[in-house]
Amino acid sequence: MNAPFFKYGMFGDETSLVIAFAIGIGFGFFLERAGFGSARKLVSQFYLNDLAVFKVMFTAIVTAMLGVTYLGWLGVLDVSLVYLTPTYLWPQIAGGLILGFGFVIGGYCPGTSVASMATGRVDGLAFALGLPAGTFVFAELFPWLKRFFLTGDFGLRTLPDVLGLSHGLVVFLVVLMALGGFYGASVLEGIFGTGDAPDDARQ
Amino acid sequence: MSTTTDTLDQQWAATKERADGFARAAPYTNPYLAGIGLGLVLLSAFVVMGRGLGASGAVNAFVAWVVSLVAPGHAAGNEFLQEYLGDGSTHPLKAWLVFEVLGVFAGALLSGVLARRVAVITERGPRVSVGTRLLMAFAGGATMAFGAALARGCTSGQALTGGSMLNAGSWATMMAIFGGAYALAWFVKWQWR
Repeated sequence: MNAPFFKYGMFGDETSLVIAFAIGIGFGFFLERAGFGSARKLVSQFYLNDLAVFKVMFTAIVTAMLGVTYLGWLGVLDVSLVYLTPTYLWPQIAGGLILGFGFVIGGYCPGTSVASMATGRVDGLAFALGLPAGTFVFAELFPWLKRFFLTGDFGLRTLPDVLGLSHGLVVFLVVLMALGGFYGASVLEGIFGTGDAPDDARQ
Repeated sequence: MSTTTDTLDQQWAATKERADGFARAAPYTNPYLAGIGLGLVLLSAFVVMGRGLGASGAVNAFVAWVVSLVAPGHAAGNEFLQEYLGDGSTHPLKAWLVFEVLGVFAGALLSGVLARRVAVITERGPRVSVGTRLLMAFAGGATMAFGAALARGCTSGQALTGGSMLNAGSWATMMAIFGGAYALAWFVKWQWR
């Protein structure tokens, strides 16, 4: 079995769009299951009342990371064929900060706003309508932003490259970091949690 | 603790009841279980497609398409939009991320219906008008889209997807997202209390 299937030509572009829809259903389903269709739930992360955003995100990252790593080791998945966004450090740090501002101002992120809109949240719809507006402004300013957009070019770079450590060791360290973070999250919730966050109340 | 805390708790409860607007909703899934589910969906995208999840890329394609309809020359002359228009042989909306985002809508609706969490409401704090909250949500969306364009991806494409691929730039972006959100959180807390 050779994966990624699409890269090995097991199906074409048309089929890939059907698969995109199916994968999207899974993505949206688990976002909503986790409570990420609710701005209140999402922003609780930043007021330390409920750290579900961190827990879900890092569990997902660790799950997918371990899957990719083991499937790579087994020779099932050619990891080098999985798309990697090139690193442009400075615009990514600046863009990340702006993303964080927008997250806490609006209460959603692009993906979760779609999930919230689907479950009737009017504020989620307003957020989603803001998205093309921001993209349009960026596109219009792109001639002036282009120079900065291309700074800090480190090419295709992974954490093992940067840290000079083996892939397996970095995977292990990320797992340890996640486990430490989960423990830390439970401690923080004990201090700052309202004990009445939207999910806990009904569990 | 203090009476202040009690008052805040009561306010929180009252707000929650109003915001949720429904009493029979099922509890949210345990975050670790939901995270495993999300991680397996992401892994399946890697294995089947050789790419991860995303959201902001679909917005870029949409904007490129709209601008190309209104002002074709202008869109063609814009390097950022041009990337999403290609050579014109395929429709800009016939893109992987556009179909994935349509799936996100359907999947979230399915989950929401099953859990009886679908309700037409505006989530907001007790002292904030609907108009103000919607304006903040719109502003947040515009801000995030700008940041996502600059960072070459959002929480889905960079933090989640790039994070699990141990992409260096994605980890820098993820740290910056959390840093930016925590830095500004105190200033916009009035929305929720």
